Amino acid sequence: IHFILLFSRQGKLRLQKWYTTLPDKEKKKIIREIIQIILSRNQKTSSFVDWKDLKLVYKRYASLYFCCAIEDQDNELLTLEVVHRYVELLDRYFGNVCELDIIFNFEKAYFILDEFIIGGEVQETSKKTAVKAIEESDMLQETVEEYMNKPAF
Amino acid sequence: MPAPIRLRELIRTIRTARTQAEEREMIQKECAAIRSSFREEDNTYRCRNVAKLLYMHMLGYPAHFGQLECLKLIASQKFTDKRIGYLGAMLLLDERQDVHLLMTNCIKNDLNHSTQYVQGLALCTLGCMGSSEMCRDLAGEVEKLLKTSNSYLRKKAALCAVHVIRKVPELMEMFLPATKNLLNEKNHGVLHTSVVLLTEMCERSPDMLAHFRKVSLVPQLVRILKNLIMSGYSPEHDVSGISDPFLQVRILRLLRILGRNDDDSSEAMNDILAQVATNTETSKNVGNAILYETVLTIMDIKSESGLRVLAINILGRFLLNNDKNIRYVALTSLLKTVQTDHNAVQRHRSTIVDCLKDLDVSIKRRAMELSFALVNGNNVRGMMKELLYFLDSCEPEFKADCASGIFLAAEKYAPSKRWHIDTIMRVLTTAGSYVRDDAVPNLIQLITNSVEMHAYTVQRLYKAILGDYSQQPLVQVASWCIGEYGDLLVSGQCEEEEPIQVTEDEVLDILESVLISNMSASVTRGYALTAIMKLSTRFTCTVNRIKKVVSIYGSSIDVELQQRAVEYNALFKKYDHMRPALLERMPVMEKVTTNGPAEIVQTNGETETAVLETKPPPSGLQPANQANDLLDLLGGSDITPVIPTAPTREPASAGGELLDLLGDLNLTGSPVFAPAPQIAQPPFLLDGLTSQPLFNDIAAGIPSITAYNKNGLKIDFTFERSNTNPSVTVITIQASNSTELDMTDFVFQAAVPKTFQLQLLSPSSSVIPAFNSGTITQVIKVLNPQKQQLRMRIKLTYNHKGSAMQDLAEVNNFPPQSWQ
Repeated sequence: IHFILLFSRQGKLRLQKWYTTLPDKEKKKIIREIIQIILSRNQKTSSFVDWKDLKLVYKRYASLYFCCAIEDQDNELLTLEVVHRYVELLDRYFGNVCELDIIFNFEKAYFILDEFIIGGEVQETSKKTAVKAIEESDMLQETVEEYMNKPAF
Repeated sequence: MPAPIRLRELIRTIRTARTQAEEREMIQKECAAIRSSFREEDNTYRCRNVAKLLYMHMLGYPAHFGQLECLKLIASQKFTDKRIGYLGAMLLLDERQDVHLLMTNCIKNDLNHSTQYVQGLALCTLGCMGSSEMCRDLAGEVEKLLKTSNSYLRKKAALCAVHVIRKVPELMEMFLPATKNLLNEKNHGVLHTSVVLLTEMCERSPDMLAHFRKVSLVPQLVRILKNLIMSGYSPEHDVSGISDPFLQVRILRLLRILGRNDDDSSEAMNDILAQVATNTETSKNVGNAILYETVLTIMDIKSESGLRVLAINILGRFLLNNDKNIRYVALTSLLKTVQTDHNAVQRHRSTIVDCLKDLDVSIKRRAMELSFALVNGNNVRGMMKELLYFLDSCEPEFKADCASGIFLAAEKYAPSKRWHIDTIMRVLTTAGSYVRDDAVPNLIQLITNSVEMHAYTVQRLYKAILGDYSQQPLVQVASWCIGEYGDLLVSGQCEEEEPIQVTEDEVLDILESVLISNMSASVTRGYALTAIMKLSTRFTCTVNRIKKVVSIYGSSIDVELQQRAVEYNALFKKYDHMRPALLERMPVMEKVTTNGPAEIVQTNGETETAVLETKPPPSGLQPANQANDLLDLLGGSDITPVIPTAPTREPASAGGELLDLLGDLNLTGSPVFAPAPQIAQPPFLLDGLTSQPLFNDIAAGIPSITAYNKNGLKIDFTFERSNTNPSVTVITIQASNSTELDMTDFVFQAAVPKTFQLQLLSPSSSVIPAFNSGTITQVIKVLNPQKQQLRMRIKLTYNHKGSAMQDLAEVNNFPPQSWQ
């Protein structure tokens, strides 16, 4: 996977994860372009779009579009499963996740993604294990008191 | 100073902004606050501020001033800080940033941290965006962690290793020892990431691939896959009743790489592939994902034919599936396999053709490509019907490709000339403006060669542009045809369909409209003008009108048109006697490759023949070796090689034989291949204008000679000189055979002294029948600018009475009139 984008039906970006290095300007341009392409597709089309030398796999969940860019030899149908699994993880963590959860807790969305995918490849195929790791990490986070009292360095 | 507002607070506030301007204002205010907070080196709220910055970054605002702060967060002891710090690093500190490398030390420390979640953060960051330098520095740490027993860390280390290898392929070797035990794990996360790592290594290095084949990786993978399928329900990894599809697919992909081009490996996986192919549930997307990967693997390895048929049938079933994604995937795979398993794919042709009518653009494109791949002699009529219909209704982005594809297929499989021309007409009228530029000369050539269809073709083209002359390629082809065959058009000779009544004036009307129209491109106008000119020899009543038109354009602003008009004017005035010959009908052209000769000049029809004749001669023709005895005869001067410029079907042999003739000569003549005709010989180019190599206005009366007469083979030379170019002599040789057996494979070659130049055209045949019952004729053109005495050395090779004959001779008896 080269990158993952989450955006709303109004075209607002909710999450961007890049597994390749590109200049900022380039990223912005790509995001604009892809959002436009996907938002203009109607219901009757497939979930796959040929774009440059990559394939875009996208799926809409309620008001959010999830879009992955994969290489030529990657399995498109499996990528749909990957997207679905990520949504399931979010759902398990937040409990009936909705777009607002992701807006207000975007950093958590990133943490969850990072427990599922590293460097563009899936690292954990068990839902239970992935969510458990996040929850335990959450526990490690200091409480306000602890935070204030602990020395920084 | 009051505490900076919380992250969620900020988000809520920003979302209340009603306009972009309002939002920008809020952001700027907050950024200013954050900046001053950073300046104060505040440890307590740094984390909160950076988090807010990251949010604003996602909205599209600049956040680079937070880079160093992320570094400080990463170095912090607090887990909360580290979490946000690493997130910030991944978002803001990619390898293009100057401060990227400053992370290295922190990451190194964290890789050895006592808490696995901190180690995890470090591994994740390194594995997502570490630069090559960083990877080099930290590869050792990653390798260490690859061997740990902690599965949480091991799986992350594996993917980190993948990233390191992608960035620094030379480091692949160091991870090899650690891979030995990777697949012995039970943990699915480790298994999955290990398979990914092994895949990466095998894809990048043939040595690694060989190594893994040797250490029986295939049986190991097969076993794991089998367990996955056979084992009962495992809630942890289950997706719609299938156990860990992610792992299954990755294993299948690795098997594909291992089995490619390797019989043993392929053999070992046949069974499991068959098992997966037949037992996987297809009701949900998951199952189909696995089947898809299985099919890809089967097609790519050396599988037995039964398995391949199974795979193609799966694809066929996919094609009938209602789910568009599945159809899309099926078409993509079929496209990959159509070359190797053509017959099997043909069985699904009708379904594929149906997909042309799908609404999805990607599906349509694949269906189109696949359809073209499936056209053959048997189905061409039916397929063309569908494809022409598709051309009519498809999106503009497809039209050019579709048109080209139809032309190609029609050329290869046309069942009849008339069908071919009809098909071309249909494409030109349907998608005329999308046809590629190189299609026009191809079509012209095709039409020229379909001699019996000329009347029909010109009639149809005329009718087509009567109504609408905006599609340039159509108009160009039509103009050219009308120019060539206008006489057939007005005489109403069409056999194939009802001939129409057209007068010469009507034809000129339409051509003039094309000339005047704003829609016509410059090139098209060139075609039209030339066509009008050509009609001057084909039409009888309207020559004056043509003269008028041509002279008008003599002052056209368009330089190309002006030049043509002026030249044509000259043809009317000074060279009127040459006009008929120059504007003669084009001969049947030598068939060229489907891509069309690159040099064909699109504008002037006449030059086409010339260019064809000057096609680059055989690549075998290289100035080769040293001088020896030969050619003292010609006064010791070096010889210029003969240029065989007529397009021949076996260029290579001609070149080789010429080399023989010139033996071991030192050929110091200038390079004589493709460029030569343009450099050397304007007179020959002018020659090319006529279809026959002779001038109509030559002086007759030069006595012919017998150049050679031996062993029953007699060669006569007849001469012609040109009035317009006194340096050119055209020699026609006639070879006859008075013996009682035919002479076959006859090849005539000639060489002349250096001051001359020679051009040899194609012979009429290579067999001289016995008993003088027929001859071979061949034309030689000699350029003799210095008016030196003509001498020639000839070499003859042929087969006679079962043996190969060869002879060299000199021709010295040229009559003075032939060169003076």
